[in-house]
Amino acid sequence: MGLLVEGLSCNRAGRPVLEGIALEVPDGGCLALRGPNGAGKSTLLRVLAGLLPAASGTIALDGIRLDRDRDGYGERLAYAGHLDAIKPQLAVAENLAFWAALHGGGDIAAALEAFDLAAIAERPAHVCSAGQKRRLGLARLLVAPRRLWLLDEPTVSLDADAVARLLAVLRGHLAGGGMAVIATHADLGLPEPRVLRLAPLAARSAARQTEPFLAGDWA
Amino acid sequence: MSAGAAVLGRELRLALRSGGGAGLGLAFFLITVLLVPFGVGPEPEKLATVAVGTLWIAALLACLLSLDRLFQADQEDGTLDILALSPLPLETLVALKAAAHWLTTGLPLVAAAPLLGITLNLPAPAFPWLVASLAVGTPGLSFLGAIGAALTIGIRRGGLLLSLLVLPLYIPSLIFGASAATAAAEGRDPGPAILLLAGLTLGIVALAPFVGAAAIRLNLR
Repeated sequence: MGLLVEGLSCNRAGRPVLEGIALEVPDGGCLALRGPNGAGKSTLLRVLAGLLPAASGTIALDGIRLDRDRDGYGERLAYAGHLDAIKPQLAVAENLAFWAALHGGGDIAAALEAFDLAAIAERPAHVCSAGQKRRLGLARLLVAPRRLWLLDEPTVSLDADAVARLLAVLRGHLAGGGMAVIATHADLGLPEPRVLRLAPLAARSAARQTEPFLAGDWA
Repeated sequence: MSAGAAVLGRELRLALRSGGGAGLGLAFFLITVLLVPFGVGPEPEKLATVAVGTLWIAALLACLLSLDRLFQADQEDGTLDILALSPLPLETLVALKAAAHWLTTGLPLVAAAPLLGITLNLPAPAFPWLVASLAVGTPGLSFLGAIGAALTIGIRRGGLLLSLLVLPLYIPSLIFGASAATAAAEGRDPGPAILLLAGLTLGIVALAPFVGAAAIRLNLR
């Protein structure tokens, strides 16, 4: 069934950030979001996650509309944003165990192994490096099986080895029929990725506006 | 309800680890109450008249101390986004966090109150009723505080605004809680006041999770 988005627009603080977004990701498909800073990549991911309300348009995952069945929609996706959602006081394994228990109990050991975290499982998260924290944040994707992964710049602060591990995990997810939407500047080298290019809407809408006050002069 | 147990366990663990602030409220409570004899004077009769009010007001303020981080810490590190997407309803999350706040902040205050009652020369018949009124009233303080914490998630220095929002809402709990213990001290029946306080707390505990969850949804946008 896949992810189907039509005519999506989103406003933040009264200004349009996304307009007329249409995209489709089939089972096993991967969509890369590209665009300069401020183009709305993170906003689009948050709207797709249901964390931000869409001003118009429809979002459906496996035929389940976000606006009609929020819980059913939410149960099918995992979101990994800029922030890794890690508690510094807890150990690496404790952080992961919490997310596993919250989502009904997944295989923590396998998730730790997939991102090479087994050796530092007992280390408090506050002494982990940025790359280790990012790997821990990504390992959360594996403790609960979800159809759609929404990843915001997943390769930030990862070294070459960790990027390779992320790619292996992603390939496994896609091969199992899962979907992924990834905002990234890096070329991940995934097989046949679809690409959606976003342009900053402020620049586009300014050209259309004739009223100078609304044309963005106040911004 | 394994997801709920996971949240409650995590909250308690975080509060008890370094920097969690579980001992902070208790230490503040002890120091505030111990300062009163220095300000009011050491005469036992004088202290006995202010003992109940002092203990209750100090408990209110101690409850406020760790409230501002209740949701803000989770918002800052991205945990709140993931919790909002989890199968656990936000209402349950608010209730669990408020309950964990009471277990780590309110309950120690209830336990320490009799000891501090001695230092303030609290009349003997008032002891059990002071403990009872705090035990019945402080859960309401944590749950009302959770509403304030949810409203001020996105605000820097939100703790100050939180105090202004929440302290007026604490007034009914303070009135009934203090009057129950005072009634016992003066030989009157503390029953009606403590029953009213219990009703108030039950009402707050029932409603606060819904109000708090609505406030979090607004703040996530």
